Amino acid sequence: MPQFDIEQIKDKLGIGEDKVYAAMGSFTTPEELVKAGRKVREMGYTKLDAMTPFPVHGIDDALGIPYSKLGWVVIFFSITGTCLALFLQWYTGGLQMIKNLIPFGLSPYPLVIGGKPLFDFSFSIPIDFELTVAFTALATFYGLWITIGLPRMYHPSMNYRNAHRATDDRFLLVIEATDPMFDAQRASEHLRSVGADEVEVVAG
Amino acid sequence: MSVAVRQDPALIETNPPLVPGRRDYHDLTEQISTIVEAKVYETPKKYWVTLSITSSIVVLLLSMLTYLAVTGIGVWGNNRPIGWAWDITNFVFWIGIGHAGTLISAILFLFRQKWRTSINRSAEAMTLFAVMCAAIFPLFHTGRPWRAYWLFPVPNTDLNMWQNFRSPLIWDVFAVNTYLMVSILFWYTGLVPDVATLRDRAKSKIRAWVYGSLALGWRGSARHWRHYESAYLILAGISTPLVLSVHSVVSFDFATSVIPGWHTTIFPPYFVAGAIFSGFAMVMTLLLISRWLLNLQNLITMKHLENMNKIMLVTGSIVGYSYATEFFIAWYSGDVYEQFTFWNRAFGPYWWAAWTIYTCNAFIPQIFWFKKMRTSLWVMFIVSITSNIGMWFERFVIIATSLTRDFLPTSWGYFHPTWVDMLTLFGTFGLFFTLFLLFARFLPMIAMSEVKGVAAVERHTFAPPEPAAEEVH
Repeated sequence: MPQFDIEQIKDKLGIGEDKVYAAMGSFTTPEELVKAGRKVREMGYTKLDAMTPFPVHGIDDALGIPYSKLGWVVIFFSITGTCLALFLQWYTGGLQMIKNLIPFGLSPYPLVIGGKPLFDFSFSIPIDFELTVAFTALATFYGLWITIGLPRMYHPSMNYRNAHRATDDRFLLVIEATDPMFDAQRASEHLRSVGADEVEVVAG
Repeated sequence: MSVAVRQDPALIETNPPLVPGRRDYHDLTEQISTIVEAKVYETPKKYWVTLSITSSIVVLLLSMLTYLAVTGIGVWGNNRPIGWAWDITNFVFWIGIGHAGTLISAILFLFRQKWRTSINRSAEAMTLFAVMCAAIFPLFHTGRPWRAYWLFPVPNTDLNMWQNFRSPLIWDVFAVNTYLMVSILFWYTGLVPDVATLRDRAKSKIRAWVYGSLALGWRGSARHWRHYESAYLILAGISTPLVLSVHSVVSFDFATSVIPGWHTTIFPPYFVAGAIFSGFAMVMTLLLISRWLLNLQNLITMKHLENMNKIMLVTGSIVGYSYATEFFIAWYSGDVYEQFTFWNRAFGPYWWAAWTIYTCNAFIPQIFWFKKMRTSLWVMFIVSITSNIGMWFERFVIIATSLTRDFLPTSWGYFHPTWVDMLTLFGTFGLFFTLFLLFARFLPMIAMSEVKGVAAVERHTFAPPEPAAEEVH
């Protein structure tokens, strides 16, 4: 049973049956999928995707899926976390000169405890580290979902008859309609020729 | 597809497959999902009986905490000189339990240890629940848990000052909260593809909604998997130093003080090794129980259990070595207070607790040198229990023996727990097991997508020998 009424969503989004998303076919093993994916790409298709129950190694190269650049986004936030931690500890402990300029409730209240300095890099390390990690984790987590465009309630691939088996035991190959070479009839034939079962032109 | 190296048939005995029986992917989905999808009466009765017992213990915990909150922490046995008694012991104990979960999910992932796949999900869940149990103790030891936000650097006018960032106690606040948050994110990220499987199998509207919402619309696209794997690697990469830092920071609570027996540089690695040791023991206890309750023998195989026993042997030995080092350094330092504390630890009023820890943590795990012991379910179950008893006492001994004999003999004392102390500790076990049982029943306890990935590789590794004609090319 689907979570949402797909027809209703399509109505709201104004997606008619005339719009084609892709030609899709399914395979029973990851090896077949990779082989077929490579062949389809050699035919000249560029807008390819696969849907698999687990990450299939080799499919990225076969379909020409680029490396993830998530790490570059994340490192920016990691450094932000470190800086914020340093600022927090320096500001709350050591900032006395501009004390009177800071709004009430935010003003530092310097406490000398055990003769330790109000701020020093050495004792700030644990919190610098923890906040770096916290920011990295949050950036990775949210960055992942933003990058891949989830969560979403509807995706045209849901119209494929066997889409639910892509999270179970089937390996689906997708030739998207945005491909310049795409022709529903031809793409389906190509999928069949590389050994795909249950080939369908998927609307949406 | 990278070509997997074929397993030498002669070595299958010593290196058996992790997913035995060449089962297809659908069988794996079925086996793991049916636990979650079973109707109330289809789940074994022993499960519901266990759950009702543990959830009654949660009620007990809640009443103890309420009693403490409305009365004051005088209901605990904390006294002078032992101001840090069971609450800190329990805190350190539970935080330590959590460490094995992160070790299994993150460090073994980075080392590409494939055997982690069928135990990592439950170990991560265990981490979350253990950290939750741990957080109860410092929170209620403040005496005014409703003022807990004073621990965080929140601008406020009722306090009008900031936290003391020179104190390791505030480092603990940051370390534990970061640890809890990162563990939740890591666990949930790993859960999404499996929850999507449950969504696609859902037969009822409620299930479709709950799992559908949790799955965020995951569809297993190859592009998504690529980013997903990258994100998973980053999370594993940061969890690894994080897990090592958390117990190090916890040990700073003691190590940065000037109390004999606490003021030592060995504490961070010693605490981390102990944490991993106790955590593995707890994972073992939980896995043996759930393996039996939910019939998971073919997914949690003897190989998994044996590997975990090997890690317990290693970490138990590190802990034993640390005990010896502590005594040696106490003697070698020439510091009379240090020497007295350690003499007092082994032969003073808490000698019974000290020898419990040496026996349970250092000596008993040594039986895992023998394969017969490593592969015996009863032996490993008993050792997992004794190890946890030992590790709880370790924290207690570290805390109590240093405080019980102060610099001034007039302020010497002895700690007697009250019934509230005991029932609160007991109650946290109830909370821990209740949460774990609920997790095992309502979420996929075994990472389906990861186990399928391992099964796909093993299909080649453990493939039956091909006919000679094909081997020529």
